[in-house]
Amino acid sequence: MKLIDIASFTSKSLVGAKTRTALMILAMSIGVAAVVVLTALGEGARRYVVDQFSSLGTNLLIVFPGRTETKGNMPGMLIGETPRDLTLDDALALLRSRHVKRIAPLTLGSGLVSLGRRNREVPVIGSTSDLLEIRHMTLLEGRFLPQIDPRNAVPVCVLGMRVKEELFGSSQALGRWVRIGDRRFRVVGILSAQGQSLGFNTDELAIVPVASAQMLFNIPSLFRILVEARSRNDIPLAQKDVERIFAARHEGERDVTVITQDAVLSTFDKILRALTLAVAGIAGISLAVAGILIMNVMLIAVAQRTREIGLLKAIGATGNQIRRLFFFEAAILSLVGAISGWLLGEFGAKVIAGLYPSLPIAPPWWAIAAAFATSLATGVLFSLLPANRAARLDPVQALSRR
Amino acid sequence: MIRLENISRLFQVGEQTVSALNEVSLEINPGEYLSIMGPSGSGKSTLLNLIGLLDRPSSGLYTFDGEDVTHLSEALQAKVRQEKIGFVFQFFHLIPRLTASENIELPMMLAGIDKAERMAKSHRLLQDFGLLDRASHKPEQLSGGQRQRVAIARATVMQPRILLADEPTGNLDRASGMEVISLLEALNAQGMALVVVTHDPEIGKRAKRQVHMIDGKIVSGGS
Ligand SMILES: Nc1ncnc2c1ncn2[C@@H]1O[C@H](COP(=O)(O)OP(=O)(O)OP(=O)(O)O)[C@@H](O)[C@H]1O
Ligand SMILES: [Mg+2]
Repeated sequence: MKLIDIASFTSKSLVGAKTRTALMILAMSIGVAAVVVLTALGEGARRYVVDQFSSLGTNLLIVFPGRTETKGNMPGMLIGETPRDLTLDDALALLRSRHVKRIAPLTLGSGLVSLGRRNREVPVIGSTSDLLEIRHMTLLEGRFLPQIDPRNAVPVCVLGMRVKEELFGSSQALGRWVRIGDRRFRVVGILSAQGQSLGFNTDELAIVPVASAQMLFNIPSLFRILVEARSRNDIPLAQKDVERIFAARHEGERDVTVITQDAVLSTFDKILRALTLAVAGIAGISLAVAGILIMNVMLIAVAQRTREIGLLKAIGATGNQIRRLFFFEAAILSLVGAISGWLLGEFGAKVIAGLYPSLPIAPPWWAIAAAFATSLATGVLFSLLPANRAARLDPVQALSRR
Repeated sequence: MIRLENISRLFQVGEQTVSALNEVSLEINPGEYLSIMGPSGSGKSTLLNLIGLLDRPSSGLYTFDGEDVTHLSEALQAKVRQEKIGFVFQFFHLIPRLTASENIELPMMLAGIDKAERMAKSHRLLQDFGLLDRASHKPEQLSGGQRQRVAIARATVMQPRILLADEPTGNLDRASGMEVISLLEALNAQGMALVVVTHDPEIGKRAKRQVHMIDGKIVSGGS
């Protein structure tokens, strides 16, 4: 029997039972679509987090007060007694390491930025001139914080795009004075629009010299210290140096935590990849369900077509030929189901991507390949039993039925 | 051509063993025309199915053109059916979703013959059988007599050595029944051996050789 004849014979029998065929294709395509959409979501979340972390900077180390038990722990889960504060001198001491390229101390507070009667409450960051490079920020106009001794409080500030627009509208802001809290600052630069970056919207903040921020909020300590290592290879060495320097300054106590961007990134990457896989696996179960459905319906089809099978045998079909016909039918069903499920899934992913434009949602190729393979495999596997039953049918019995 | 020697066919029904055929011997020569008659349950269909290789005997020997076909594999038996045997059934057994022409092409399709040749052959048969205008009709659009003629076309399209018909008129009225019988006889006249199982003595009498069966045994007309 020629392949083209097998194809036309089976497609005629599929078209002949429209409802049955449509239902099976629907079941299969829902399974495949579920895999495609869910993995697209998982991948989107993973890529989003990875992008966010990468956009923080390169070869970055983050120092914060307190100690976590193991390296893998998330920042913020602090254990033990109140840790010693980070100081500006601590931060400057880190520059002694050969492996450290530059540092940026960070203080953080919330302040009311006002110009005349217009005002706005925004996060205020205190830092140094190197923050611009370390955090990969860019300026729309003007300059960043001046390169001065960080211990000096200078009344200048850099504003985010949105803050500038709300206070000044379209008029010139550079050189004008604004009030932050109870102090006056001269605007020296405007950040270009960057949008959300890991919880911080750089469009909606104000940056002032670290010493000014400490005075403004009346806090002597630092919130974080950002450290940029000289190169990727310097990251672990820089981390060791930073820990050693702190130990020396804090009488041997290891009371700060240093995390590297790389470690955090790869942890997130691993977690989210595992999550995506798990979700894909769960969606895959629906494919198996579709497979069982196919088996059931194929069994019914064999029973309904008993006479036809008997006749085919009487006119010279071998058991193998019959088996092949039913196999082919299942394969066509799974393939059409997989293709329509894939299209459905891509469409679903597009819709979700439209709803959440900031998430880079796209189904990964491996998930599509896996969904296709699984649907074909289940389709063929679950048609094994019905096809065999058809092949073994006794023609005399089959034909004796009316 | 066909030689059955001491063929028995037993069926196990629960505890009981039913003997459908009991030590039957029969010889059929090329181009022969024979009818098989007998009361219901006498084993006529069982005998025909055995000749058609749809069933295997419990014991005995069956040779076709000198070759022992009793013990052939399933696939080789299928090949013999395909090349040498044509079946005509009481209930036609046409595939409802295929047209008359496609139904006729079916055995050639299984044999791997290509579409052009299949269409040419089925066209010729449809013409010979007066069904040309019905070529693209589905079985449900045909009368009983027409359906049986399509089924006969399907049975003969591979030019078998023997045609086996089990009650070919059983589902037809008198007139179309006679049409079908004449068609079968015309094919026999062209050299195909013909075996007709029938309850109808009038039809049975038309055959040159009449086999009578009772209780799984041939009582007259056997060799
Ligand atoms: N699959 C089977 N299982 C059990 N017994 C069977 C089977 N097939 C046939 N028989 C028995 O074998 C005997 C012969 O049956 P067969 O169908 O050959 O009779 P028949 O002469 O064709 O009858 P009819 O004229 O009614 O068609 C019957 O007693 C029948 O009950
Ligand atoms: Mg019978």
